[in-house]
Amino acid sequence: MSRVRVLVGTRKGAFILESDGKREKWEISGPHFPGWEIYHMKGSPVDPNRIYASQTSAWFGQVLQRSSDGGKTWETPGGEEMPKPGEMPKGLSNKFVYDATAETGKPLTTHQWYDGTQHPWEFKRVWHLEPSLTDPDTVYAGVEDAAIFKTTDGAKSWHEMPGLRGHGTGPKWQPGAGGLCLHTILLDPKNPQRMYIAISAAGAFRTDDGGTTWKPINQGLRSEYIPDPTAEIGHCVHHVALHPSRPDTLFMQKHWDVMRSDNAGDLWKEVSGNLPTDFGFVIDVHAHEPETIYVVPIKSDSHHFPLDGKLQVHRSRTGGNEWEALTKGLPQSDCYVNVLRDAMSVDSLDKCGVYFGTTGGQVYASADSGDNWMPIAEHLPAVLSVEAQTLP
Amino acid sequence: MIRVALPAHLRTLGKIDASEVTLEVAGPVTQRSVLDALEARYPMLCGTLRDHVTQQRRPFVRFFACSEDLSHESPDAPLPEAVASGVEPFYVVGAIAGG
Repeated sequence: MSRVRVLVGTRKGAFILESDGKREKWEISGPHFPGWEIYHMKGSPVDPNRIYASQTSAWFGQVLQRSSDGGKTWETPGGEEMPKPGEMPKGLSNKFVYDATAETGKPLTTHQWYDGTQHPWEFKRVWHLEPSLTDPDTVYAGVEDAAIFKTTDGAKSWHEMPGLRGHGTGPKWQPGAGGLCLHTILLDPKNPQRMYIAISAAGAFRTDDGGTTWKPINQGLRSEYIPDPTAEIGHCVHHVALHPSRPDTLFMQKHWDVMRSDNAGDLWKEVSGNLPTDFGFVIDVHAHEPETIYVVPIKSDSHHFPLDGKLQVHRSRTGGNEWEALTKGLPQSDCYVNVLRDAMSVDSLDKCGVYFGTTGGQVYASADSGDNWMPIAEHLPAVLSVEAQTLP
Repeated sequence: MIRVALPAHLRTLGKIDASEVTLEVAGPVTQRSVLDALEARYPMLCGTLRDHVTQQRRPFVRFFACSEDLSHESPDAPLPEAVASGVEPFYVVGAIAGG
């Protein structure tokens, strides 16, 4: 019988939850890396026991961790070998240096600051790790200040893909409340040359040549909080999701508004429909139904908690516009948690499992596409990210 | 031998059981030579104390020794003799932020 492993990153460590295919009883291991912020963990699609974790601290900076046994043991890639006398240390797995070479990086050194002035690019942390669909040693990293990096040696070394930051609009990118973060990376399973990324608060971007060149894909977005609501750049995109069978169809939870595109982001249209509020952070797609999508409505950008203290997932089976509230098993009074942008995931068992974590430290799971929910972990530190793995 | 006391998080990261590590440092004993030796012995600590490229101390990291705050001293200034002789440890401390 298949199993499910759920990787949970929190403000104070990582936790790994495992269950059999029934998804009724869960075992929790952790905290791994206690006391550190774990922004994201994700396993390789071709080797699920190869897991990468972004471990960060305001004091000690960025650390990259890697497991080759499903999270039982961890190593800092390149840091495990003792250097020989006279050799330089090899611990470069946390070395994220922006490409400023004239040949490839262009001397792009500033972006827009909160007050509209220009501000130097400064690496702060890795928000999102996206392992390659075909090679367990290749991973993409979305970082703050916004850029995309790539490793091809299992995270021992990282190199910026400079075409994104250097394509021309970089000086117009500005940080959202959480910082200038590249938080979403989507790999097109049908076209290895195509990737999508999203940045708060710049917008969404696409490459069709493997990351050499990029273009903004924000037409159709409207954001009243920026000087030009329909500008090419400046939209606070919170998350983007796609179904692997239809990678040209994208679903977006923007700061406000739930959006969809059916032409790889060239044009977006709003599908908020009857949602009680269209502010939120997460969005995800059912594993087997490309038109079934999930969001967690949050009251507003100034009140980062659910409406009326009721935690509700909303599901659309029509690709948007028509939404139903899913409440069974979720707290329907006095609940004032948030669900952050990378904190929802789905498994691919026959009855699709849906998972999300809250800033209150709960992880909820549904083994029936969202009809019924149960907490599978409670009292964890604030949850930053959730990734489900379906295991043989 | 130079004694270096590390905060708990970095001892965990370096898989260091003891409260201090001891290092051999060739030549003048300075912040730079001690940190070079520390990173050579524990490569996973690279980047956690000072920037990979600029070698500047991370903002929330402090260096103390012999009851003195050495955080703002030149990285190439000699450390106190008591540190160089191993009588006193060189303390790496996470700055106190918040209450």
